[in-house]
Amino acid sequence: MKQSLGNTGLVLQERLLWEKGRKGRSGFSFPKQDVPSAVLSSEWTGPGPDFPDLSEVEVVRHYTRLSTWNFSVDNGMYPLGSCTMKYNPKINEKEAGLSGFQNAHPLLPSRLNQGALQLIYELEQFLTAITGLDAVSVQPTAGAHGELAGMLLMYAYHKSLGSRRTKIIVPDTAHGTNPASAALCGYRPVPVKSNEQGILSVESIAQAMDEETAGIMVTNPNTLGLFEENLKQISEIVHAKGGLVYGDGANMNAIMGIVDTGKIGVDIMHLNLHKTFATPHGGGGPGSGPVCVRKQLEPFLPVPRVIKKDGQYVLSEDFPQSIGKLHAFYGNFGVMIKAYSYIRSMGAAGLKKASQLAVLNANYVKERLKDVFHLPYDRPCMHECVFTDKVQQANKIATLDMAKRLMDYGFHPPTIYFPLVVSGAIMIEPTETECKEDLDHFIEALRAISKEAEENPDLLRQAPFSCKVKRLDETAAARQPCLAG
Amino acid sequence: MRYLPHTPEDLESMLKVVGVKSLEDLFDVIPRDSRRTGNMDLPAAMSEWELHDFMSGLADKTAAGPAYKLFIGAGSYEHHIPATVAHLSSRSEFVTSYTPYQPEMSQGTLQAIYEYQTLASRLLGMEVANASMYDGATALAEALLMALRITRKKYLAVSSLIHPLYRRVIRTYLGPTGAELIELPRSADGTTDFSRIEEMPDLAAVALQSPNFFGCLENLSTAAGLIHKQNGLLIACFTEPLAFGLFKNPGSQGADIACGEGQSLGIPRSFGGPGLGMFASSMKYVRNMPGRLVGLTKDQEGKRGFVLTLSTREQHIRREKATSNICTNNSLCALTSAIYMASLGGSGLRDLARLNYDKAQYLQSALKKAGFKITFTAPAFNEFVVQFPSGFKTVHDRLLEKKKIAAGLSLAPFYPDLPDHYLLCVTETKSKEDLDALVREVQS
Repeated sequence: MKQSLGNTGLVLQERLLWEKGRKGRSGFSFPKQDVPSAVLSSEWTGPGPDFPDLSEVEVVRHYTRLSTWNFSVDNGMYPLGSCTMKYNPKINEKEAGLSGFQNAHPLLPSRLNQGALQLIYELEQFLTAITGLDAVSVQPTAGAHGELAGMLLMYAYHKSLGSRRTKIIVPDTAHGTNPASAALCGYRPVPVKSNEQGILSVESIAQAMDEETAGIMVTNPNTLGLFEENLKQISEIVHAKGGLVYGDGANMNAIMGIVDTGKIGVDIMHLNLHKTFATPHGGGGPGSGPVCVRKQLEPFLPVPRVIKKDGQYVLSEDFPQSIGKLHAFYGNFGVMIKAYSYIRSMGAAGLKKASQLAVLNANYVKERLKDVFHLPYDRPCMHECVFTDKVQQANKIATLDMAKRLMDYGFHPPTIYFPLVVSGAIMIEPTETECKEDLDHFIEALRAISKEAEENPDLLRQAPFSCKVKRLDETAAARQPCLAG
Repeated sequence: MRYLPHTPEDLESMLKVVGVKSLEDLFDVIPRDSRRTGNMDLPAAMSEWELHDFMSGLADKTAAGPAYKLFIGAGSYEHHIPATVAHLSSRSEFVTSYTPYQPEMSQGTLQAIYEYQTLASRLLGMEVANASMYDGATALAEALLMALRITRKKYLAVSSLIHPLYRRVIRTYLGPTGAELIELPRSADGTTDFSRIEEMPDLAAVALQSPNFFGCLENLSTAAGLIHKQNGLLIACFTEPLAFGLFKNPGSQGADIACGEGQSLGIPRSFGGPGLGMFASSMKYVRNMPGRLVGLTKDQEGKRGFVLTLSTREQHIRREKATSNICTNNSLCALTSAIYMASLGGSGLRDLARLNYDKAQYLQSALKKAGFKITFTAPAFNEFVVQFPSGFKTVHDRLLEKKKIAAGLSLAPFYPDLPDHYLLCVTETKSKEDLDALVREVQS
């Protein structure tokens, strides 16, 4: 293969914050003390926090050095399955940084926040257009928060009909957040297995669905990267028994402009703006998880909602059946600005093209690697493909070893050991923003690793070699937790 | 489109490898009746330059310019943010990375969050802080759920002086759980009347906010004594953590869980989000905590390193039995607040808190001197309640319209028994001239 991307540059050591500094230093430009010092009762005062005092330069070097120990999308390919690590456009950061947005106070009268409210209103409209559903609330702040909103909507809907259902169907390919979100509403998840094609069968749902069951939570495309071809029929079964269909839209990046979610029978769906709509992940957030619904569920959406009245955007609380509030204010507005900017930059044709190319890239990787890695479901995939370590197990090489070795080649590993339905899963989601040369380079790296698994398996077991640290002792970290210094 | 790199030649050769003729054919597995027929109804794509003009126009339609003098906090505070904070927290390596599941390639985020956990624990006086929650309101909701799990009881006493919007969020979260919320009334001095919690049914927790929504400090120690007698937990909530630079922190007053909003610590208001849900507790409850935790460990060569830890509490391992469904949190906001706290240092944070206190006190006395009533007598930090003469609303509206001054937040929508009462906030961003001008204007 061509020269590896992975290389060892100069890695600077850096101490912990409190191992640095000197009492009396400061990195803050202190405003003038232009009022007299007021009386203060010592009964209420404390000693103040035990923080180190650092100069501005010390702070800047500290965080700059730390940043160089991270791998990120801007460093290279980050094909984490289910996470949609696409490129995060820089112009969107610039828009979110506009002073009028950054300094807007959430509790001023609506007439003084028209720009912010218009953005929320239009973003919700765009998301209805993209999903094919009827109404949206952008208040949930992350995917799991959107799921919770969805479950609360389902709960409120059944309650409004005077029924209390206790169960919910969750397929074995679901994200871990699905059962955890359902449990918050007191629903007992009923697991259903996917069939030999890796998707749900009509029969298994017909068997599981009854009038005690609130509905089903389906990720489509599912976490094997496969389209749930039977979903329309499944929805009909669930609806016939009075249930609702929850679609986890974490994988929307595969189907924008192609699938009409409303037509498949999905009643509620959350989206991840930090996946499909190119807002950055920030090392674990903040995200945004809008919840989208069919007309009949609109009265239950979180409040306040942004509505248009006499040409003005206003915040309305006038939805008596609403599930209530999910966030102190209106959600992660700063993230919404970036997703809004992305949609306005892409347009309908651009978004559809993004989905097509995301699917092309995943299928390309799948076709070019399936002769060296075991592909449990050899069918056309959507935006991601799932391999296993079955072939390499012959040399006692596991998925983890290959993932760690991939770091030495200069790539972030794919998602590993998920979905749980496949043993030793390697879940690759290249996204549409990777060009063919980079995909080829990644493919060559994985092919080289599969060769190393045969010829020099010890190399893989000891990898990575080029990172700042070697493999870390996670067991010790959990056994005797040290969570603060 | 500049984000999509495929040339026609790339497409041709890649489609050939995949074995289909066109991009459309990639979707053959999708049944016809699930497909979209028309195009998505979205506005035409804009160039970078058109977009920036358009967005600048939108951003101009908010009351956010330097001409505005906002004396409103109420959970979203205006503080000076050093240029270094925005600069460092927007480094690509932090911004465009994922949750640090692969620690060897994520030591930057991991050490930064470990340091955040440490600074947050020290600020709040608690033993352990998690890597963040979504915001102050959801952190409080999760704290109440955690108290229910730990104590296996069902009654929760919640102060009516906790931010009214937080109380609405907790009602949403607790709705389906069967937990019972008892609202604690307020005393005349602007603090919570928790004297009767001893007579209340077996409480899982009592939740107080300090400084509370009226800006007053609560006597957490006394509340801790009372609730601990019945084996319940004290949950100390906050919206303005800068107060702990000067006043006693929740941990030193016996709080079992401290949770709230950290936006004050270097994060822009951004129309209410993203902020920073801070969450801390004593170590004995750590296995019941929601959210991510970063822990210290060693690599194979004995070198210091950091990993996500105690993940058996979390949804991706424990699924429906997890301590929370949270996955993505507000990590970058936690990092931002750590950079801010590091920039101020212990001395700076104390001085800044003191300056906020002094300015708020100055405005209080000036308003008092002008004949207005400061409603509550309990000690306050940088917010307080003023009773203006009846009909002040027209003055308030006029000042906002004509002078770009927001003379506090009207309490009437939240506390109907407090008409003409306004919650005012003063931070270091307001000069003495600004304060004097406010006093002048509210009398006009």
